[in-house]
Amino acid sequence: MLQLWLLPAALIVTAVLVSIPLSKYCAWIMEGQYRPLPGFGWIERKLDSGPQDWKQYTAALLIFNLLLFVWGYVVLAVQPIMPLNPRHLGMLAPTTIFNSVTSFMTNTNLQDYSGDVHFSNFSQIFFTISNQYISAAVGFCALVAMIRAFRGEQKVGNYFVDMWRVLIYMFVPAAILSGVLFMQQGMPMTFKSTIQVATLEPGAMGTDDKGVAKEQTIVFGPVAAAIPIKQIGTNGGGFFGANSAHPYENPSAWTNFITCFDMMMFPFTLVLMFGRMLRRVRHSIVIYGVMLTLMVGMIAWAIYFELKPNPGLTAHPASVTYKIPSATAKGGFRELTIPQVAGLPIDQHLGNLEGKEMRFGIVAAPTFAALTTAVTCGAVNCAHDSLNPLTGLSPMVGMWLNCVFGGKGVGMINILLFLIIGVFIAGQMVGRSPEYLGRKVGAREVKLAVIALLVHPLMILGTTGLFAATSWGTKAEFNPAAHGFSEVMYQFTSASANNGSGFEGLGDTWGFNDNPNPAPTSRQLDIAAGLVMLFSRYLPIVAPIAMAAFLGMKKEAPSGLGTMRDDSMTFYWLLLGTIVILGALMFLPVAALGPLADHWGPMPFGG
Amino acid sequence: MEAVKNIPTPPELKITPQAPVPPRRSRAHALFASELVRPAIKEAFLMLRPDVQWRNPVMFVVEIGSVLTLLFIIQAFLSQSVSQVPISYFIALDFWLWLTVLFANFATALAEARGRAQAQSLRKARKDTPGYRLKGKDIIEEVSSADLKPGDRVVVEAGQIIPGDGEIIEGLASVDESAITGESAPVIRESGGDRSGVTGGTRVLSDRIIVEITAATGESFLDRMIALVEGAVRQRTPNEIALSLVLTAFTLLFVIVVVPLWPMALNAEIYMASYLGMTEPLKSLGTDVPTLVALVVCLIPTTIGALLAAIGIAGMDRALQANILAKSGKAVETAGDIDVVLLDKTGTITMGNRHATDFLPVGKYTAAQLGRLAALASIADQTPEGKTIVRLHLDRGGTPADVTAPDGAQFISFSAQTRMSGIDLPDGRQIRKGAPEAIIRFVERQSGTAPAEFQPAVDAIGRQGATPLAVADGATVVGVVVLSDILKTGISERLERLRRMGVRSVMITGDNPLTAATIAKKAGVDDFVAQCTPEAKLAYIRKEQADGKLVAMIGDGTNDAPALAQADVGLAMNSGTQAAKEAGNMVDLDSNPTKLLEVVEIGKQLLMTRGALTTFSIANDVAKYFAIVPALFAGTLPWLKVMDVMHLHSPTSAILSAVIFNAVIIPLLIPIALRGVRYRPLGADALLRKNLLIWGLGGVVLPFAGIKLIDMIMVAGHLIS
Repeated sequence: MLQLWLLPAALIVTAVLVSIPLSKYCAWIMEGQYRPLPGFGWIERKLDSGPQDWKQYTAALLIFNLLLFVWGYVVLAVQPIMPLNPRHLGMLAPTTIFNSVTSFMTNTNLQDYSGDVHFSNFSQIFFTISNQYISAAVGFCALVAMIRAFRGEQKVGNYFVDMWRVLIYMFVPAAILSGVLFMQQGMPMTFKSTIQVATLEPGAMGTDDKGVAKEQTIVFGPVAAAIPIKQIGTNGGGFFGANSAHPYENPSAWTNFITCFDMMMFPFTLVLMFGRMLRRVRHSIVIYGVMLTLMVGMIAWAIYFELKPNPGLTAHPASVTYKIPSATAKGGFRELTIPQVAGLPIDQHLGNLEGKEMRFGIVAAPTFAALTTAVTCGAVNCAHDSLNPLTGLSPMVGMWLNCVFGGKGVGMINILLFLIIGVFIAGQMVGRSPEYLGRKVGAREVKLAVIALLVHPLMILGTTGLFAATSWGTKAEFNPAAHGFSEVMYQFTSASANNGSGFEGLGDTWGFNDNPNPAPTSRQLDIAAGLVMLFSRYLPIVAPIAMAAFLGMKKEAPSGLGTMRDDSMTFYWLLLGTIVILGALMFLPVAALGPLADHWGPMPFGG
Repeated sequence: MEAVKNIPTPPELKITPQAPVPPRRSRAHALFASELVRPAIKEAFLMLRPDVQWRNPVMFVVEIGSVLTLLFIIQAFLSQSVSQVPISYFIALDFWLWLTVLFANFATALAEARGRAQAQSLRKARKDTPGYRLKGKDIIEEVSSADLKPGDRVVVEAGQIIPGDGEIIEGLASVDESAITGESAPVIRESGGDRSGVTGGTRVLSDRIIVEITAATGESFLDRMIALVEGAVRQRTPNEIALSLVLTAFTLLFVIVVVPLWPMALNAEIYMASYLGMTEPLKSLGTDVPTLVALVVCLIPTTIGALLAAIGIAGMDRALQANILAKSGKAVETAGDIDVVLLDKTGTITMGNRHATDFLPVGKYTAAQLGRLAALASIADQTPEGKTIVRLHLDRGGTPADVTAPDGAQFISFSAQTRMSGIDLPDGRQIRKGAPEAIIRFVERQSGTAPAEFQPAVDAIGRQGATPLAVADGATVVGVVVLSDILKTGISERLERLRRMGVRSVMITGDNPLTAATIAKKAGVDDFVAQCTPEAKLAYIRKEQADGKLVAMIGDGTNDAPALAQADVGLAMNSGTQAAKEAGNMVDLDSNPTKLLEVVEIGKQLLMTRGALTTFSIANDVAKYFAIVPALFAGTLPWLKVMDVMHLHSPTSAILSAVIFNAVIIPLLIPIALRGVRYRPLGADALLRKNLLIWGLGGVVLPFAGIKLIDMIMVAGHLIS
């Protein structure tokens, strides 16, 4: 039993150990104390357009993203006429392009397409890979700008230099290291597009006219270039539709470990970097502790419930009768009897094996699911739709909170929103007007924090409500009732959290523009999710930077016995309580309607 | 005293004896005194006006919800529409929603009524009183106090009421200020110096003074104060504005959470109906508008929204009960944030005067002999120091005969030239006491010398922070009397309390650094400024503020005015000069310098109460979800009953219980809002931990019990089907 917990324990210990020195390195780079590599100094001087205040920095960030959008749209639109396309793949539907471009610009990497089916290597290289590097650096830069603003600096750095530092001194070396390890484990790295192989079982792909067994065509390409940054940048946009469950994208148990570690590396590190750059390491350790507590809880929850049998496949030995209040029925109650159900003849003593990649086993899947959603990566190595309903709650909670380490930079920014609100409300209980980092938190700062926090529930709940009640959602669900509700709700949760993992079980793929038989409401899903990603990405970046700037402008007062300590156990409970209570208040009703109803409900609701 | 004799006497006849002004009864009103409650209830109904409610967005949403539910009920009556739940449920729901609004209004109205009651007692002192205005040199005319203008000079005699705020320009009088302070002991007010300020409405008990009026009618401190506590000019403080903004945002948040529940519930209904093969639509409470309104009302922070205004008013009110007139609510709030307090040594940390504490004889003399001679030299000395020398001698076994001047003795009073005082006995002995240098000169003139141990003794006393007073008998030095500063009783505890609050205390004194350091150490202040001038005081405040600290100080003199204005909290003594009172942002009616501690505590309490009730209000929501969510979907997802950990009777009773709890908690918390959460100087971390446990964790747990209890009561009373 103990060995089940070995993988998650090893991952967390490794990530914690690496984050300590790495945070020092990151702070050193971002403070600009390093000496540029030969030749790079010239580029950096060219990039450096001078120190920017927070407005200029934000404007540069937004304009840069706008250009990224145009670039992505053009690359995908011209796919049919571009090289590296031996399969002559056509153009995707415009809404799918909109969704994908938004998705890869916002670091969401929700894929309403399938990489191996719909993308040529040209699109993989110039869209998937390049965008995964760039969009990942944006959140990182936003956090660094916020830190400098918190320090009271008028000029919060130069956006372009920051992007360069993150990409060249952090992402590229880390990605090269991981890529080499992946290739050693058998991950393909080639410009070729497909490979023909004889199947082990003769004729598995059918036979030709002469009765000769057909060969299987397997799509591949520069996979080892895409996967490291997919994980390190907490992007999650897979080369293949099956993402990290695909043998080329995740060849072995060893790559599965590195894959998991890669996505944890920077989110863990940035919390400590925050503390180092602010010279408040103890404070950042408290935040780190809160995140770690939640993460351990979510992983343990996921593994625990995934080791239980799938309730949809087990027997309901007795029929159950529910009394439902109803005005039309006699006595005001209607009776609903759920008949007894015989279990399917399936051995479930290992837990729920449905939708698992059996090479990795029963623990690697829920571990991966909990991690990928907590750190807003969105890569998957199992079918989330097939997770037990309560297991599925863990990834959902990760995305609802969106600050359990979270994406690089943005996760830290998100927890600061909870923190500011917690400090503002509960911090007054020390008998002083609320302070953070020695500065008084006033109306303007709280307003900005709350705006940034409100976007997330608005985007998730509003769109889920819209799609749940209309045929836009009900026609797209693969399952009825509570599970179908989860499918819709997960999609928008993932989009709003800029996570990008798919629960799936939702008809959201139109495919090529000339697809005669697309999923009926995929256009609506493409556009709605695209808009959700846009709003949920940029408002929660711009508002917190403004908040940090306004807070930083205030006078810093020294802390004393009468001021609230931000590095104590009390503060740990304050922050943890704020996150748990606010999170529950925002999302408990949908949790009840989705996974909880799914779990407690009898067939067919559990099905 | 020459001037006083020249004051023309007002015509005897016109001094009409007036009924004694009753002292202000500060804490007269019980929390729910009926004379306050009745008008507050009436006011609660009047405040239902939408334009009044609009100012409090949280309660405005509740009012809109109540109106919506009312319309829904009317529509149900008119159209006889059939619902899945009886109409009585909607009526009960609406009743409690309206009650929620009324409870909130009542809390505010009650706080205002208490403020008005305080103001009323102040106003009693504001009745028109006749004033005797000096017109020209010797002419006096009687005018009404309402007609007095700044610059007018009035004569006030014993028994008369001072007609307006002003400063004594001639004379000295004992004044009964109980009308404003509630303190029955009279105080001395005199021209010149820092105790020249008098307040209109107070009564002169003895002597006769000329007062120059400094504030026009309606602009005096009392007038401004009355306006302030009555709420007429109540302005919301920055912190209150920020908090109400957050509350509005939370309201928005819960609207965002609840509105999408309607289509989500519809989804469940449609599926369930098709699963059951029903032809008519299946209805659950999840798509029932009044129920969703109830859910919004339960979730939005109504508790703190209802009490926020009351907390602010009550903070001002508590300051007033401590006899502190704050010029704005902001000043009270700022007091909670104070990092440094500047305390004057004299009068705040030490008694106003030095006391004789020891006799140190030199040469052949004994301590008893020194005591007798020192006492003898002090018989006629009416200064406090002189009196304590006599008392110390008596305490140490001296007989009353020692301190009786023999017939024919001649007293030599203190003069600035000689810096000595004493007595010439009939037998020709000259006994003197005075500054050591003066005494040495005195004995040297008579060819005497001071013994060798004299100077070291004098120096040692200085090092201890005390003042040496040498005594000579003719040409011989007898010894030194030690005059020490006596710390006020309890001052060390109070300073310790400040320290535990995290507030640094700084002693301000004109003494030399050596003396100052000794007293600072004895009293336990954190820092001191010695040989302090008003300029140095101002500079010190500025230096602390530049470090981001908030500074409070007390002052009474005109030369304190710049520092009072510069300080974040400037507490002026009511006895102080007009300039000081104008410059500060608070006035202490009792003129008690240690009041600063109370001010800081009141400020902290105000902030804490807000934080505690907000935390409580939001923590409450968790339990409400567990009551309401299963109830909403009882018709479509009956298995969610598992979530109903409170095992409530039925869906409608669950929702009603949550709404009733939400409403009832408001009046239950009114006492805490008005009295404030108790502040204990534990240090921020311990205080936060304690309050998080009580208001955070307690706020999560309590409603589970409360909602269950209400549900049980309703079931027991057959109030619910």
